[in-house]
Amino acid sequence: MSLEAAGIPTVAVHTHVFARLARATALANGMPTARQAYVPQPLVDRSPAQLRAYIEGPDPISKRPFIQEIIEALSGPLCDEDRKGLSFERIHPRLLEPDSEENLQQFFMEQRWTDFLPVVLPTEARVAAMLKGTNHPAEKIVGRLSPTNFRESWEFDVEKVAVNAVMAGARPEYFPVILAMASSGLTARNSSTTSFAGIGVVNGPIRNEIGMNGSIGALGPYNHANTTIGRAWNLLSQNLQGGSVPGESYMGSLGNMSSYSATFPENEERSPWEPLHVRYGFKRTDSAVTVFRGGRYMQAGYGPRATWQEKFKRALTAGSARQSPLIVVDPIVARLFTELGFDSKQKLIDWVAENVTIPAREYWDDQWVQTLVHPLAVAGVEPYATNLKAAPDDSLEMYRPEEINIVVTGGETQGAWRIYEGSRLKDCTISIDAWR
Amino acid sequence: MSQRIAVHDPRGFAPKVTGKQLAPRLEGFDGKTVYLVDCLFDNSEVFMRELQDWFGKNLPAVKTPIIKPRESWVDDPGMRAKVVAEGDAAILGVGL
Repeated sequence: MSLEAAGIPTVAVHTHVFARLARATALANGMPTARQAYVPQPLVDRSPAQLRAYIEGPDPISKRPFIQEIIEALSGPLCDEDRKGLSFERIHPRLLEPDSEENLQQFFMEQRWTDFLPVVLPTEARVAAMLKGTNHPAEKIVGRLSPTNFRESWEFDVEKVAVNAVMAGARPEYFPVILAMASSGLTARNSSTTSFAGIGVVNGPIRNEIGMNGSIGALGPYNHANTTIGRAWNLLSQNLQGGSVPGESYMGSLGNMSSYSATFPENEERSPWEPLHVRYGFKRTDSAVTVFRGGRYMQAGYGPRATWQEKFKRALTAGSARQSPLIVVDPIVARLFTELGFDSKQKLIDWVAENVTIPAREYWDDQWVQTLVHPLAVAGVEPYATNLKAAPDDSLEMYRPEEINIVVTGGETQGAWRIYEGSRLKDCTISIDAWR
Repeated sequence: MSQRIAVHDPRGFAPKVTGKQLAPRLEGFDGKTVYLVDCLFDNSEVFMRELQDWFGKNLPAVKTPIIKPRESWVDDPGMRAKVVAEGDAAILGVGL
Protein backbone atom coordinates (compact mmCIF):
# COMPACT_ATOMS: atom_id res chain seq x y z
CA MET A 1 0.00 0.00 0.00
CA SER A 2 3.00 2.27 0.42
CA LEU A 3 3.58 1.81 -3.32
CA GLU A 4 0.04 3.07 -4.01
CA ALA A 5 0.72 6.06 -1.79
CA ALA A 6 3.84 6.74 -3.85
CA GLY A 7 1.79 6.80 -7.06
CA ILE A 8 2.40 3.23 -8.27
CA PRO A 9 -0.78 1.30 -9.15
CA THR A 10 -0.48 -2.03 -7.42
CA VAL A 11 -2.27 -5.35 -7.15
CA ALA A 12 -1.47 -7.93 -4.48
CA VAL A 13 -1.82 -11.64 -5.28
CA HIS A 14 -2.83 -14.06 -2.52
CA THR A 15 -4.03 -17.62 -2.27
CA HIS A 16 -7.78 -17.72 -1.86
CA VAL A 17 -7.91 -18.74 1.80
CA PHE A 18 -6.43 -15.35 2.68
CA ALA A 19 -9.26 -13.34 1.10
CA ARG A 20 -10.90 -12.26 4.39
CA LEU A 21 -7.57 -11.38 5.92
CA ALA A 22 -6.49 -9.40 2.84
CA ARG A 23 -9.72 -7.40 2.91
CA ALA A 24 -9.46 -6.76 6.66
CA THR A 25 -5.85 -5.63 6.32
CA ALA A 26 -6.70 -3.27 3.48
CA LEU A 27 -9.54 -1.79 5.54
CA ALA A 28 -7.30 -1.32 8.58
CA ASN A 29 -4.89 0.59 6.36
CA GLY A 30 -7.57 3.00 5.17
CA MET A 31 -7.54 1.57 1.66
CA PRO A 32 -10.50 -0.86 1.58
CA THR A 33 -10.57 -0.97 -2.21
CA ALA A 34 -6.88 -1.86 -2.56
CA ARG A 35 -6.74 -4.21 -5.48
CA GLN A 36 -6.35 -7.90 -4.70
CA ALA A 37 -6.33 -10.97 -6.93
CA TYR A 38 -6.39 -14.60 -5.89
CA VAL A 39 -5.05 -17.96 -6.99
CA PRO A 40 -5.94 -21.34 -5.50
CA GLN A 41 -4.21 -22.67 -2.40
CA PRO A 42 -1.66 -24.26 -2.22
CA LEU A 43 1.21 -22.57 -4.01
CA VAL A 44 3.92 -24.54 -2.23
CA ASP A 45 5.12 -27.68 -4.04
CA ARG A 46 3.17 -26.86 -7.20
CA SER A 47 5.06 -27.31 -10.47
CA PRO A 48 5.62 -24.48 -12.97
CA ALA A 49 2.93 -26.00 -15.16
CA GLN A 50 0.45 -26.07 -12.29
CA LEU A 51 1.25 -22.46 -11.41
CA ARG A 52 0.80 -21.50 -15.05
CA ALA A 53 -2.64 -23.09 -14.90
CA TYR A 54 -3.42 -20.87 -11.89
CA ILE A 55 -2.40 -17.82 -13.93
CA GLU A 56 -4.44 -18.82 -16.95
CA GLY A 57 -7.40 -20.02 -14.89
CA PRO A 58 -10.10 -18.29 -12.88
CA ASP A 59 -9.63 -16.22 -9.74
CA PRO A 60 -11.31 -18.51 -7.17
CA ILE A 61 -12.85 -15.54 -5.33
CA SER A 62 -14.24 -13.44 -8.19
CA LYS A 63 -14.68 -16.44 -10.56
CA ARG A 64 -13.37 -14.21 -13.38
CA PRO A 65 -10.11 -14.92 -15.25
CA PHE A 66 -7.15 -14.25 -12.98
CA ILE A 67 -5.31 -12.30 -15.67
CA GLN A 68 -8.36 -10.13 -16.27
CA GLU A 69 -8.35 -9.28 -12.55
CA ILE A 70 -4.69 -8.28 -12.79
CA ILE A 71 -5.10 -6.16 -15.90
CA GLU A 72 -8.18 -4.35 -14.59
CA ALA A 73 -6.63 -3.85 -11.16
CA LEU A 74 -3.80 -1.87 -12.74
CA SER A 75 -5.68 -0.10 -15.50
CA GLY A 76 -9.39 0.00 -14.63
CA PRO A 77 -11.09 3.28 -13.72
CA LEU A 78 -11.11 4.56 -10.15
CA CYS A 79 -14.29 5.31 -8.21
CA ASP A 80 -14.83 7.94 -5.50
CA GLU A 81 -14.00 5.48 -2.74
CA ASP A 82 -10.71 4.67 -4.46
CA ARG A 83 -9.81 8.36 -4.48
CA LYS A 84 -10.66 9.01 -0.83
CA GLY A 85 -9.90 5.85 1.03
CA LEU A 86 -11.79 5.37 4.26
CA SER A 87 -11.07 7.13 7.55
CA PHE A 88 -12.64 5.85 10.75
CA GLU A 89 -12.12 5.32 14.45
CA ARG A 90 -12.93 2.23 16.49
CA ILE A 91 -13.66 3.49 19.97
CA HIS A 92 -15.22 0.96 22.30
CA PRO A 93 -17.00 2.00 25.49
CA ARG A 94 -15.11 1.08 28.66
CA LEU A 95 -18.16 -0.79 30.02
CA LEU A 96 -20.67 -2.92 28.15
CA GLU A 97 -24.43 -2.57 28.48
CA PRO A 98 -25.50 -4.30 31.71
CA ASP A 99 -27.03 -7.73 31.23
CA SER A 100 -27.48 -11.04 33.02
CA GLU A 101 -24.43 -13.19 33.70
CA GLU A 102 -25.77 -15.90 31.41
CA ASN A 103 -26.29 -13.47 28.53
CA LEU A 104 -22.90 -11.87 29.04
CA GLN A 105 -21.13 -15.23 29.00
CA GLN A 106 -22.89 -15.95 25.73
CA PHE A 107 -22.07 -12.51 24.36
CA PHE A 108 -18.36 -12.83 25.23
CA MET A 109 -18.25 -16.19 23.48
CA GLU A 110 -20.07 -14.88 20.40
CA GLN A 111 -17.67 -11.95 20.20
CA ARG A 112 -14.78 -14.45 20.34
CA TRP A 113 -13.35 -12.83 23.46
CA THR A 114 -12.96 -16.21 25.20
CA ASP A 115 -11.19 -19.52 24.58
CA PHE A 116 -14.63 -21.20 24.60
CA LEU A 117 -14.25 -22.13 28.23
CA PRO A 118 -16.33 -20.07 30.68
CA VAL A 119 -14.62 -16.86 31.79
CA VAL A 120 -14.87 -14.89 35.00
CA LEU A 121 -16.85 -11.83 33.95
CA PRO A 122 -14.78 -8.66 34.44
CA THR A 123 -17.05 -6.65 36.71
CA GLU A 124 -15.88 -3.28 37.95
CA ALA A 125 -15.29 -4.69 41.42
CA ARG A 126 -13.22 -7.63 40.16
CA VAL A 127 -11.13 -5.43 37.89
CA ALA A 128 -10.57 -2.94 40.72
CA ALA A 129 -9.39 -5.80 42.94
CA MET A 130 -7.00 -7.01 40.21
CA LEU A 131 -5.57 -3.50 39.88
CA LYS A 132 -4.52 -3.67 43.52
CA GLY A 133 -1.97 -6.28 42.42
CA THR A 134 0.26 -3.56 40.98
CA ASN A 135 1.35 -0.07 41.96
CA HIS A 136 1.05 1.14 38.40
CA PRO A 137 -1.94 3.35 37.54
CA ALA A 138 -4.81 1.85 35.57
CA GLU A 139 -4.32 4.25 32.67
CA LYS A 140 -0.61 3.57 32.20
CA ILE A 141 0.12 2.26 28.71
CA VAL A 142 1.64 -1.24 28.93
CA GLY A 143 2.44 -1.90 25.28
CA ARG A 144 1.21 -2.91 21.87
CA LEU A 145 0.43 -6.25 20.27
CA SER A 146 -0.43 -7.44 16.79
CA PRO A 147 -1.23 -10.89 15.38
CA THR A 148 1.86 -10.69 13.16
CA ASN A 149 4.55 -8.09 12.74
CA PHE A 150 3.14 -6.66 9.51
CA ARG A 151 -0.38 -5.97 10.74
CA GLU A 152 -1.67 -3.04 12.75
CA SER A 153 -0.75 -2.93 16.43
CA TRP A 154 -3.31 -2.22 19.10
CA GLU A 155 -2.36 -0.41 22.31
CA PHE A 156 -3.49 -1.25 25.83
CA ASP A 157 -3.21 0.03 29.38
CA VAL A 158 -2.93 -1.60 32.79
CA GLU A 159 -6.71 -1.71 33.23
CA LYS A 160 -7.21 -3.60 29.97
CA VAL A 161 -4.66 -6.19 31.07
CA ALA A 162 -6.50 -6.45 34.40
CA VAL A 163 -9.80 -7.08 32.58
CA ASN A 164 -8.31 -10.04 30.75
CA ALA A 165 -6.54 -11.31 33.86
CA VAL A 166 -9.89 -11.38 35.65
CA MET A 167 -11.46 -13.27 32.75
CA ALA A 168 -8.73 -15.91 32.99
CA GLY A 169 -9.47 -16.45 36.68
CA ALA A 170 -6.16 -15.02 37.87
CA ARG A 171 -5.65 -13.55 41.33
CA PRO A 172 -4.31 -10.03 42.01
CA GLU A 173 -1.01 -11.37 43.35
CA TYR A 174 -0.30 -12.87 39.90
CA PHE A 175 -0.90 -9.57 38.15
CA PRO A 176 2.75 -8.38 37.95
CA VAL A 177 3.64 -11.59 36.07
CA ILE A 178 0.78 -11.06 33.64
CA LEU A 179 1.69 -7.40 33.11
CA ALA A 180 5.29 -8.38 32.38
CA MET A 181 4.12 -10.90 29.76
CA ALA A 182 1.73 -8.36 28.24
CA SER A 183 4.54 -5.80 28.00
CA SER A 184 6.81 -8.22 26.12
CA GLY A 185 5.41 -7.31 22.72
CA LEU A 186 5.15 -11.04 21.97
CA THR A 187 1.64 -12.27 21.31
CA ALA A 188 0.65 -15.72 22.51
CA ARG A 189 -1.86 -15.78 19.62
CA ASN A 190 0.38 -15.34 16.62
CA SER A 191 -1.52 -15.61 13.34
CA SER A 192 1.23 -17.45 11.48
CA THR A 193 -0.08 -20.22 9.25
CA THR A 194 2.37 -22.44 11.11
CA SER A 195 0.37 -22.22 14.37
CA PHE A 196 2.76 -20.87 16.97
CA ALA A 197 1.74 -20.84 20.62
CA GLY A 198 3.32 -18.89 23.46
CA ILE A 199 5.27 -20.51 26.30
CA GLY A 200 6.15 -18.62 29.49
CA VAL A 201 8.86 -19.53 32.04
CA VAL A 202 8.85 -17.75 35.40
CA ASN A 203 12.00 -17.31 37.50
CA GLY A 204 12.86 -15.71 40.82
CA PRO A 205 11.21 -15.28 44.22
CA ILE A 206 7.74 -14.54 42.86
CA ARG A 207 7.34 -18.21 41.91
CA ASN A 208 7.07 -19.15 45.55
CA GLU A 209 5.34 -15.95 46.66
CA ILE A 210 2.33 -16.77 44.46
CA GLY A 211 2.51 -20.54 44.85
CA MET A 212 3.47 -21.62 41.32
CA ASN A 213 4.20 -25.28 40.80
CA GLY A 214 7.63 -26.28 39.51
CA SER A 215 7.37 -29.77 40.97
CA ILE A 216 5.20 -32.79 40.12
CA GLY A 217 3.01 -31.98 37.13
CA ALA A 218 4.61 -28.56 36.54
CA LEU A 219 3.67 -28.55 32.85
CA GLY A 220 0.10 -29.72 33.44
CA PRO A 221 -3.15 -28.28 34.79
CA TYR A 222 -2.33 -28.87 38.46
CA ASN A 223 -1.78 -25.38 39.82
CA HIS A 224 -3.98 -22.29 39.91
CA ALA A 225 -1.19 -19.78 39.26
CA ASN A 226 0.48 -21.71 36.43
CA THR A 227 -2.82 -22.29 34.67
CA THR A 228 -4.45 -18.89 35.02
CA ILE A 229 -1.31 -16.87 34.27
CA GLY A 230 -0.82 -18.78 31.03
CA ARG A 231 -4.50 -18.45 30.18
CA ALA A 232 -4.41 -14.72 30.91
CA TRP A 233 -1.51 -14.24 28.50
CA ASN A 234 -3.51 -16.00 25.79
CA LEU A 235 -6.77 -14.14 26.41
CA LEU A 236 -5.08 -10.75 26.61
CA SER A 237 -3.13 -11.52 23.45
CA GLN A 238 -6.23 -12.21 21.39
CA ASN A 239 -8.32 -9.39 22.83
CA LEU A 240 -5.73 -6.63 23.07
CA GLN A 241 -4.23 -7.17 19.61
CA GLY A 242 -7.53 -6.85 17.78
CA GLY A 243 -8.69 -10.43 17.72
CA SER A 244 -7.71 -13.98 16.91
CA VAL A 245 -10.53 -15.14 14.67
CA PRO A 246 -9.91 -18.06 12.29
CA GLY A 247 -9.82 -16.98 8.66
CA GLU A 248 -9.75 -13.30 9.57
CA SER A 249 -7.11 -12.56 12.17
CA TYR A 250 -5.84 -16.09 12.86
CA MET A 251 -4.49 -18.23 10.04
CA GLY A 252 -2.80 -21.13 11.86
CA SER A 253 -3.71 -24.11 9.74
CA LEU A 254 -3.64 -26.72 12.52
CA GLY A 255 -3.94 -24.48 15.59
CA ASN A 256 -2.11 -25.31 18.79
CA MET A 257 -3.27 -27.02 21.99
CA SER A 258 -0.75 -24.97 23.99
CA SER A 259 -2.80 -21.87 23.13
CA TYR A 260 -4.99 -22.48 26.18
CA SER A 261 -2.21 -22.10 28.71
CA ALA A 262 1.50 -22.92 28.73
CA THR A 263 3.33 -21.18 31.58
CA PHE A 264 5.40 -22.76 34.34
CA PRO A 265 8.21 -21.86 36.75
CA GLU A 266 11.75 -23.17 36.82
CA ASN A 267 12.51 -25.42 39.78
CA GLU A 268 15.52 -23.35 40.83
CA GLU A 269 15.79 -24.93 44.27
CA ARG A 270 16.39 -28.42 42.84
CA SER A 271 18.46 -27.39 39.81
CA PRO A 272 22.25 -27.69 39.80
CA TRP A 273 22.46 -25.02 37.10
CA GLU A 274 21.91 -21.28 36.97
CA PRO A 275 18.31 -20.17 36.44
CA LEU A 276 17.15 -19.14 32.99
CA HIS A 277 16.76 -15.45 33.82
CA VAL A 278 20.36 -15.23 35.09
CA ARG A 279 21.53 -16.09 31.56
CA TYR A 280 19.79 -12.93 30.40
CA GLY A 281 21.32 -10.54 32.90
CA PHE A 282 19.06 -10.82 35.91
CA LYS A 283 20.12 -11.69 39.48
CA ARG A 284 18.80 -14.80 41.19
CA THR A 285 16.92 -12.51 43.57
CA ASP A 286 15.12 -10.80 40.67
CA SER A 287 11.81 -12.08 39.40
CA ALA A 288 11.45 -12.31 35.64
CA VAL A 289 9.45 -14.10 32.99
CA THR A 290 10.80 -15.33 29.66
CA VAL A 291 8.31 -15.71 26.84
CA PHE A 292 8.90 -18.05 23.92
CA ARG A 293 7.22 -18.41 20.55
CA GLY A 294 6.77 -22.02 19.56
CA GLY A 295 5.08 -25.04 21.03
CA ARG A 296 4.57 -26.78 17.70
CA TYR A 297 6.82 -29.77 18.20
CA MET A 298 7.62 -31.77 21.30
CA GLN A 299 9.96 -34.68 21.84
CA ALA A 300 10.32 -36.70 25.04
CA GLY A 301 12.86 -39.02 26.57
CA TYR A 302 14.52 -40.26 29.75
CA GLY A 303 17.99 -40.34 31.13
CA PRO A 304 20.57 -39.36 30.06
CA ARG A 305 21.10 -43.05 29.40
CA ALA A 306 24.04 -44.70 27.63
CA THR A 307 22.82 -43.72 24.17
CA TRP A 308 21.56 -40.26 25.13
CA GLN A 309 23.67 -38.54 22.50
CA GLU A 310 22.02 -40.46 19.68
CA LYS A 311 18.58 -39.87 21.19
CA PHE A 312 19.23 -36.16 21.62
CA LYS A 313 20.47 -35.84 18.04
CA ARG A 314 17.39 -37.65 16.69
CA ALA A 315 15.03 -35.59 18.83
CA LEU A 316 16.63 -32.28 17.94
CA THR A 317 17.05 -32.94 14.24
CA ALA A 318 13.33 -33.74 14.14
CA GLY A 319 12.71 -30.05 14.88
CA SER A 320 12.90 -27.17 12.45
CA ALA A 321 16.21 -25.47 11.78
CA ARG A 322 14.62 -22.07 11.90
CA GLN A 323 12.85 -22.67 15.22
CA SER A 324 14.96 -23.07 18.33
CA PRO A 325 14.64 -25.77 20.97
CA LEU A 326 13.57 -25.18 24.56
CA ILE A 327 14.97 -28.14 26.47
CA VAL A 328 12.98 -28.85 29.65
CA VAL A 329 14.50 -31.34 32.07
CA ASP A 330 13.55 -32.80 35.41
CA PRO A 331 16.06 -32.04 38.21
CA ILE A 332 17.12 -35.73 38.12
CA VAL A 333 18.15 -35.29 34.49
CA ALA A 334 20.02 -32.07 35.23
CA ARG A 335 22.02 -33.74 38.01
CA LEU A 336 22.83 -36.76 35.82
CA PHE A 337 24.14 -34.39 33.17
CA THR A 338 26.41 -32.74 35.73
CA GLU A 339 27.83 -36.21 36.49
CA LEU A 340 28.65 -36.49 32.79
CA GLY A 341 30.64 -33.26 32.99
CA PHE A 342 27.96 -30.82 31.95
CA ASP A 343 28.29 -28.70 35.06
CA SER A 344 26.57 -25.74 33.40
CA LYS A 345 23.68 -25.29 31.01
CA GLN A 346 26.07 -23.61 28.61
CA LYS A 347 28.18 -26.75 28.22
CA LEU A 348 25.13 -28.76 27.22
CA ILE A 349 23.96 -25.95 24.92
CA ASP A 350 27.36 -25.91 23.23
CA TRP A 351 27.25 -29.70 22.78
CA VAL A 352 23.85 -29.43 21.12
CA ALA A 353 24.93 -26.61 18.82
CA GLU A 354 28.02 -28.52 17.72
CA ASN A 355 26.54 -32.00 17.36
CA VAL A 356 23.02 -31.51 16.09
CA THR A 357 23.56 -31.35 12.34
CA ILE A 358 21.69 -32.24 9.18
CA PRO A 359 22.76 -32.55 5.52
CA ALA A 360 22.73 -29.26 3.63
CA ARG A 361 20.15 -30.59 1.17
CA GLU A 362 17.70 -31.20 4.04
CA TYR A 363 18.51 -27.87 5.68
CA TRP A 364 17.81 -25.87 2.52
CA ASP A 365 14.72 -27.92 1.65
CA ASP A 366 12.93 -26.79 4.81
CA GLN A 367 10.04 -24.53 3.77
CA TRP A 368 10.73 -21.86 6.35
CA VAL A 369 14.46 -21.96 5.85
CA GLN A 370 13.71 -21.29 2.19
CA THR A 371 11.38 -18.45 3.04
CA LEU A 372 13.27 -16.79 5.87
CA VAL A 373 16.93 -17.83 5.69
CA HIS A 374 17.61 -18.24 1.98
CA PRO A 375 17.11 -14.50 1.20
CA LEU A 376 19.59 -13.64 3.95
CA ALA A 377 22.09 -16.15 2.57
CA VAL A 378 21.76 -14.70 -0.92
CA ALA A 379 22.27 -11.23 0.54
CA GLY A 380 25.56 -12.38 2.07
CA VAL A 381 24.52 -12.54 5.73
CA GLU A 382 26.68 -14.98 7.69
CA PRO A 383 26.66 -17.81 8.64
CA TYR A 384 23.89 -18.41 6.09
CA ALA A 385 25.93 -17.30 3.08
CA THR A 386 28.64 -19.84 3.88
CA ASN A 387 26.02 -22.52 4.53
CA LEU A 388 24.56 -21.88 1.09
CA LYS A 389 27.88 -22.88 -0.47
CA ALA A 390 27.85 -26.26 1.27
CA ALA A 391 27.67 -29.42 -0.84
CA PRO A 392 24.34 -31.29 -0.54
CA ASP A 393 25.78 -33.93 1.80
CA ASP A 394 27.82 -31.54 3.94
CA SER A 395 26.61 -31.30 7.53
CA LEU A 396 25.18 -28.01 8.75
CA GLU A 397 24.58 -27.09 12.38
CA MET A 398 20.84 -26.64 12.94
CA TYR A 399 20.93 -24.24 15.89
CA ARG A 400 23.21 -21.54 17.16
CA PRO A 401 24.12 -21.65 20.87
CA GLU A 402 22.37 -18.37 21.60
CA GLU A 403 19.12 -19.83 20.22
CA ILE A 404 19.06 -22.84 22.56
CA ASN A 405 17.58 -22.65 26.07
CA ILE A 406 17.39 -25.10 28.95
CA VAL A 407 14.94 -24.99 31.87
CA VAL A 408 14.80 -27.30 34.89
CA THR A 409 11.37 -28.14 36.26
CA GLY A 410 9.44 -31.14 37.54
CA GLY A 411 9.01 -33.25 40.64
CA GLU A 412 11.69 -35.97 40.41
CA THR A 413 9.31 -38.90 40.06
CA GLN A 414 11.14 -39.75 36.82
CA GLY A 415 14.28 -38.69 35.00
CA ALA A 416 12.24 -37.23 32.17
CA TRP A 417 13.05 -34.59 29.61
CA ARG A 418 11.16 -32.81 26.87
CA ILE A 419 12.27 -30.75 23.94
CA TYR A 420 9.78 -28.10 22.86
CA GLU A 421 10.02 -25.66 20.06
CA GLY A 422 10.67 -22.38 21.84
CA SER A 423 12.23 -19.35 20.20
CA ARG A 424 13.20 -16.60 22.60
CA LEU A 425 12.93 -13.36 20.70
CA LYS A 426 15.10 -10.36 21.48
CA ASP A 427 14.51 -8.75 24.90
CA CYS A 428 11.85 -11.29 25.82
CA THR A 429 13.02 -11.88 29.38
CA ILE A 430 11.08 -9.23 31.26
CA SER A 431 11.33 -7.97 34.81
CA ILE A 432 8.31 -8.86 36.90
CA ASP A 433 9.53 -6.64 39.72
CA ALA A 434 9.12 -3.61 37.45
CA TRP A 435 5.39 -4.39 37.31
CA ARG A 436 4.77 -4.93 41.01
CA MET B 1 -34.92 -12.77 36.30
CA SER B 2 -31.15 -12.75 36.73
CA GLN B 3 -29.47 -9.66 38.13
CA ARG B 4 -28.05 -7.35 35.48
CA ILE B 5 -24.37 -6.59 35.87
CA ALA B 6 -21.97 -4.20 34.19
CA VAL B 7 -18.68 -5.55 32.92
CA HIS B 8 -15.63 -4.17 31.13
CA ASP B 9 -14.98 -4.45 27.40
CA PRO B 10 -11.83 -6.60 27.12
CA ARG B 11 -10.58 -5.20 23.81
CA GLY B 12 -7.50 -3.05 23.34
CA PHE B 13 -7.36 0.37 21.75
CA ALA B 14 -7.46 0.24 17.96
CA PRO B 15 -5.42 2.83 16.07
CA LYS B 16 -7.26 5.56 14.18
CA VAL B 17 -7.47 4.74 10.49
CA THR B 18 -6.75 7.46 7.98
CA GLY B 19 -8.06 6.95 4.47
CA LYS B 20 -5.52 6.66 1.68
CA GLN B 21 -6.24 7.05 -1.99
CA LEU B 22 -5.24 4.65 -4.70
CA ALA B 23 -2.72 5.75 -7.28
CA PRO B 24 -3.98 6.76 -10.73
CA ARG B 25 -4.25 3.66 -12.92
CA LEU B 26 -2.40 3.01 -16.16
CA GLU B 27 -4.06 4.14 -19.37
CA GLY B 28 -2.34 1.40 -21.30
CA PHE B 29 0.42 -1.15 -20.88
CA ASP B 30 2.56 -0.62 -23.97
CA GLY B 31 6.05 0.51 -23.05
CA LYS B 32 5.30 0.37 -19.33
CA THR B 33 7.39 -1.33 -16.66
CA VAL B 34 5.35 -3.51 -14.31
CA TYR B 35 7.50 -4.79 -11.47
CA LEU B 36 6.76 -8.31 -10.28
CA VAL B 37 7.57 -8.18 -6.57
CA ASP B 38 8.46 -11.65 -5.30
CA CYS B 39 7.52 -11.65 -1.60
CA LEU B 40 9.84 -14.63 -0.99
CA PHE B 41 7.30 -17.17 0.16
CA ASP B 42 8.15 -20.70 -0.85
CA ASN B 43 7.54 -21.13 -4.62
CA SER B 44 6.48 -17.52 -5.21
CA GLU B 45 9.61 -17.07 -7.34
CA VAL B 46 8.41 -19.83 -9.67
CA PHE B 47 4.97 -18.22 -9.80
CA MET B 48 6.47 -14.86 -10.71
CA ARG B 49 8.60 -16.42 -13.45
CA GLU B 50 5.47 -17.97 -14.94
CA LEU B 51 3.67 -14.64 -14.73
CA GLN B 52 6.64 -12.94 -16.37
CA ASP B 53 6.53 -15.53 -19.13
CA TRP B 54 2.80 -14.97 -19.62
CA PHE B 55 3.36 -11.24 -20.10
CA GLY B 56 6.25 -11.93 -22.49
CA LYS B 57 4.05 -14.09 -24.68
CA ASN B 58 0.80 -12.14 -24.46
CA LEU B 59 1.78 -8.52 -23.81
CA PRO B 60 5.34 -8.31 -25.14
CA ALA B 61 5.39 -4.50 -25.09
CA VAL B 62 5.33 -4.58 -21.27
CA LYS B 63 8.57 -4.93 -19.31
CA THR B 64 8.12 -7.15 -16.25
CA PRO B 65 11.31 -7.31 -14.20
CA ILE B 66 11.18 -9.49 -11.08
CA ILE B 67 12.39 -7.82 -7.91
CA LYS B 68 12.76 -9.16 -4.37
CA PRO B 69 12.98 -7.59 -0.92
CA ARG B 70 16.10 -8.35 1.08
CA GLU B 71 14.19 -10.36 3.71
CA SER B 72 10.79 -11.95 4.14
CA TRP B 73 8.23 -9.96 6.16
CA VAL B 74 10.60 -7.01 6.51
CA ASP B 75 10.07 -3.73 4.70
CA ASP B 76 12.80 -3.00 2.17
CA PRO B 77 12.81 0.78 1.51
CA GLY B 78 15.55 0.42 -1.11
CA MET B 79 13.47 -2.01 -3.14
CA ARG B 80 10.39 0.20 -2.85
CA ALA B 81 12.37 3.23 -3.98
CA LYS B 82 13.57 1.35 -7.05
CA VAL B 83 10.03 0.33 -7.98
CA VAL B 84 8.80 3.92 -7.55
CA ALA B 85 11.70 5.40 -9.52
CA GLU B 86 11.79 2.94 -12.38
CA GLY B 87 8.35 1.33 -12.48
CA ASP B 88 4.88 2.26 -13.68
CA ALA B 89 2.97 -0.43 -11.76
CA ALA B 90 3.58 -3.41 -9.49
CA ILE B 91 2.20 -6.88 -8.93
CA LEU B 92 2.99 -8.22 -5.45
CA GLY B 93 2.87 -11.86 -4.59
CA VAL B 94 2.30 -14.32 -3.49
CA GLY B 95 1.15 -13.40 0.00
CA LEU B 96 0.52 -17.04 0.95
